[in-house]
Amino acid sequence: MPLIVIDNVHKHFGANHVLKGVSLSIEAGEVIAVIGKSGSGKSTLLRCVNGLETISEGSITVDEVPVSTHETHLRELRLKVGMIFQQFNLFPHLSAGRNVMLSQQVVKKTATDEAERIARDMLGRVGLAEKFDAMPDQLSGGQQQRVAIARALAMQPRALLCDEITSALDPELVNEVLAVVRALADAGMTLMMVTHEMRFAREVCDRVIFMHQGKVHETGAPDEFFSRPKTPELQQFLGMVAA
Amino acid sequence: MSDFTLWDIARGLLLSARWTIALSLVAFIGGGVVGLLVLLLRTGRGHALPVAARTYIELFQGTPLLMQLFIAFFGLSLLGVDTTPWGAAGLALTLWASAFLAEIWRGCVDAVPRGQWEASSSLAMGYLQQMRHVVLPQAMRIAIAPTVGFSVQVIKGTALASIIGFMEISKAGTIITNATFKPFTVYAMVAALYFILCWPLSRLAKHLERKLNAAHRH
Repeated sequence: MPLIVIDNVHKHFGANHVLKGVSLSIEAGEVIAVIGKSGSGKSTLLRCVNGLETISEGSITVDEVPVSTHETHLRELRLKVGMIFQQFNLFPHLSAGRNVMLSQQVVKKTATDEAERIARDMLGRVGLAEKFDAMPDQLSGGQQQRVAIARALAMQPRALLCDEITSALDPELVNEVLAVVRALADAGMTLMMVTHEMRFAREVCDRVIFMHQGKVHETGAPDEFFSRPKTPELQQFLGMVAA
Repeated sequence: MSDFTLWDIARGLLLSARWTIALSLVAFIGGGVVGLLVLLLRTGRGHALPVAARTYIELFQGTPLLMQLFIAFFGLSLLGVDTTPWGAAGLALTLWASAFLAEIWRGCVDAVPRGQWEASSSLAMGYLQQMRHVVLPQAMRIAIAPTVGFSVQVIKGTALASIIGFMEISKAGTIITNATFKPFTVYAMVAALYFILCWPLSRLAKHLERKLNAAHRH
C-alpha cells in the first residue's frame, strides 16, 4: 500500500472551489514535486495532507492513518508527516537547539538528554552542529530553514511536506537548503514538495505533478515531463517559468 | 468636639490604604488566574466554550463595575449566601478584572503570527502544549505593558467598593470628612494617595512598552 493516498479530494474556501477531485498515491521513498501557477491549489493540497486545512470531500491517508478533524487522530497523523514552511516558522524565543528539542520533549516525552542528543545529531545532519545555542534572529534565512528541517526530522516522520521552502530566501541561500533536501531524498525520505525550482525538481524528483485549476492536470517522470509536456497548459507554464 | 490635625487625617487615610492595596492585589492576582482560564477557553478549540467565554467578557465589560459590586453584595445575600463587604468586593473585582485581562491577553495571543500555530501543530503538539510552550511565551512579551497599565484601573476600581461599606481609602475619606467637615483637605489627600499608588505603575507600563518595543524592533 502506498504511504500517502489522496483520494478524490475536494476543498472549498467559501464559494471558492480550490481542489476539484484530486487523487494521488505516493510510495514510501518517493520524491514528488508539485508545480503550478499560484492559485492552482498546490499549497492547499499539501496543507490538507497533514490536516492544516480540512477537506470538504474525499479522503487522505498517511501510513494507513486517515486525515480527520479528530484531535487525537490528527496528532497521530502529524507524527508521521513533518512539514517545512516558506517562512521557516522557527520559535523565536528558543535557541536553534531548543527548537529541535521542544516537540520531542513535549509530544514524545523524550528525556532531556536524549532529546538534546537527537537535536545535536539532526543539526549536524543539516550542517549546523555549531549553531545549537544560536537564537533564530542570529541566523540567516538559509540557516533558519535548515534548523526547521532538523526540527521536523527530529520527530522521525515517515514523510516530509515542503511548502515552497526556498521562496522566501535570498538567491545565494537557496542552494544550501536544496542540498539538504537532496541529501534527504538520497537517504530515502519520502518527500512531497511544492516548488518553483524546476531544475531541482528535474534532477532530484521521481515524479512531477502539474496542478491546474484545482486538478492534477499532468504528471510524469521528470525527463519526459519537462522535455515533452503533453498538455498546452503545462507547455505554457513551463514556457513562462523558463522565460 | 476634638480638633483633627492634618497628621490625624493623614494617618487615618494611610492606615486604610492597606485595604486598598490588599483588595487591589486580590483583584489583580485573582483576576489574573481566572482571566487565564477565560483566555484559554476563549482562544481554544470548538464552538461552545469560546462563545461562553466571549459572553462572559462582554457581560463584565458591558456593565458598570458598581452594578457588579451591588449584585455581588445584595444579590448573594438574597440567595442566602452570607456576604461581607470584603468577600463581595473581592469577588466582584476579581471577576471584573478577569474579563478585562482575558480580553487584553487575547489581543496579545492574536498578535502571535499564525505560522507559529501551524508549525507547532505540524509537530503534533496539542492546544495546551502550543499555548504553554510556543504562544504564551511570545504573547507575554507583548502583554506585560498593557497588563501593568491595567493594574492602575484595578486600584482606581477599588474606590467603588466603598459604596458597599468596604473600608478602603475612599470610605475612610468619607468618614473622616463627616467628622472633620474638611472635605477639600481630606479628598485632596485621598486623591494624592491614589496618585502615589498609580503613578509609578503608569510610568512602569510606559517604560516597559518602550523597552519591549525597542527590543522587538531589534
